[in-house]
Amino acid sequence: MRSKQKNCTMQECFLRRQKVIKIQIRVLQFFILAVFLGLWELSSDLDWIDAFIFSSPSRVAKTFLEMWKGQELYLHIAITLYETLVSFFLVMGISILFSVILWLFPKVSAVAEPYLVVLNSLPKSALAPLLIVWLGANVRTIIVAGISVAVFGSVISIYSAFSEVDSDMMKLIYTLGGTKKDILIKVVLPWSVPSLLAAFKVNIGLCLVGVVIGEFIGARRGLGYLIIYGSQVFR
Amino acid sequence: MGILLELENISFAYHTTKGETPAISNLSFSVMEGEFVALVGPSGCGKSTILNLISNLIQPEFGTIRIYGKPVGESSLNIGYMLQKDHLFEWRTVYSNMMLGLEINHIITPKKREMVQEMMDTYGLGEFREARPSELSGGMRQRAALIRTLAMEPALLLLDEPFSALDYQTRLNVCDDIGSIIKKENKTAVLVTHDIAEAISMADRVLVLGKRPTTVKREIPIHFDMEDRTPMKSRSAPEFKNYFNQVWRELNDEE
Repeated sequence: MRSKQKNCTMQECFLRRQKVIKIQIRVLQFFILAVFLGLWELSSDLDWIDAFIFSSPSRVAKTFLEMWKGQELYLHIAITLYETLVSFFLVMGISILFSVILWLFPKVSAVAEPYLVVLNSLPKSALAPLLIVWLGANVRTIIVAGISVAVFGSVISIYSAFSEVDSDMMKLIYTLGGTKKDILIKVVLPWSVPSLLAAFKVNIGLCLVGVVIGEFIGARRGLGYLIIYGSQVFR
Repeated sequence: MGILLELENISFAYHTTKGETPAISNLSFSVMEGEFVALVGPSGCGKSTILNLISNLIQPEFGTIRIYGKPVGESSLNIGYMLQKDHLFEWRTVYSNMMLGLEINHIITPKKREMVQEMMDTYGLGEFREARPSELSGGMRQRAALIRTLAMEPALLLLDEPFSALDYQTRLNVCDDIGSIIKKENKTAVLVTHDIAEAISMADRVLVLGKRPTTVKREIPIHFDMEDRTPMKSRSAPEFKNYFNQVWRELNDEE
């Protein structure tokens, strides 16, 4: 009985220690942010850095509020978010579809491999002006720019996750009388869920990069346009 | 009791770009209904290949394999196959892992559900129905894998070193469990192993295989004078040692 009680308090102590560590981490995270913003503000106030070029947190906040009131910023954020999400979902759909095709047909994957590697290493930002020439300066082009940045790497990583499935697991499905389709649905897809989630995380960022690059060159709305506009009029 | 499985002059070789590796040459043996046959041989002698051939995952280059007189490719009878690792899927519950075979073949009926549930209860997995496989012990996992195989009501059960991934103590227990379950369900089984004691304790007949390309070197019928034979009881029987020595000699005999 006594030892059980002692165990209990040991467990409580352990939990308390874990809680303290968690709080410490959070506090430090906010502390770093506060120090960074504070130093930035201070150094621009004291003219250690040129406030015109580096701006300051208070100026950023002021401009942000002004633009928000004018409904300008809200619109730009919405359009960029929309373009990013559309290209993200298209990237995931396309890359899962292609990975499944590559997995189902090993010959196709052997033929396609060098092309995927080359396409993935293309500097996609250099492609953006061409895309605008081909497709015109519209939302569709910007979504395609977003897709072009993420899609090839995504196909490569998802396909390689698919092909890492233990061959014994496939054998199991065959011994139970299954086909390749069963292996795909019952083993490969559920097995690849963690890799798919990892790919999602990378792709949402890449899509945003692609969309902003597209907006730099051929848009009248969106955050990319706003950045270019701002840098040209020095606002 | 008739002949269930018959292998006749089977030959098989693996092909790679570097050349041909003969694995099996002129192998013949048969298994009677309800019999438990163990194949023992040095590692790498193509034991697993024999099971792959019987289950029609690969086809022999020469010779025929028949089940109840029908070539294995045309037979509609189910052959259960237990692999070295249990490969229970972590993204499924224990119960739905056991239903995997039925699910793939679209033959889930209330009766089969009941049968699986009954086996789970009988073999001590009833309360783990909705658990994840990682919550099971090594022995329970192996039992779960066996139920997954038995759910398909196989006419023949192939066991490919099903205990080799377990630690020694679990291995003895699971071997006893699985052996008893197979006897109780009255299944015909072919076990492949390099563990002599395991083979003798479970089998009605031990076939000693030679080096690659493999063929049956010697056939040793196993008989213990006891009722309700289990693998564990067999191990402590006085005849056990003699059988062990006999198999050992055959394995080490380089002709």
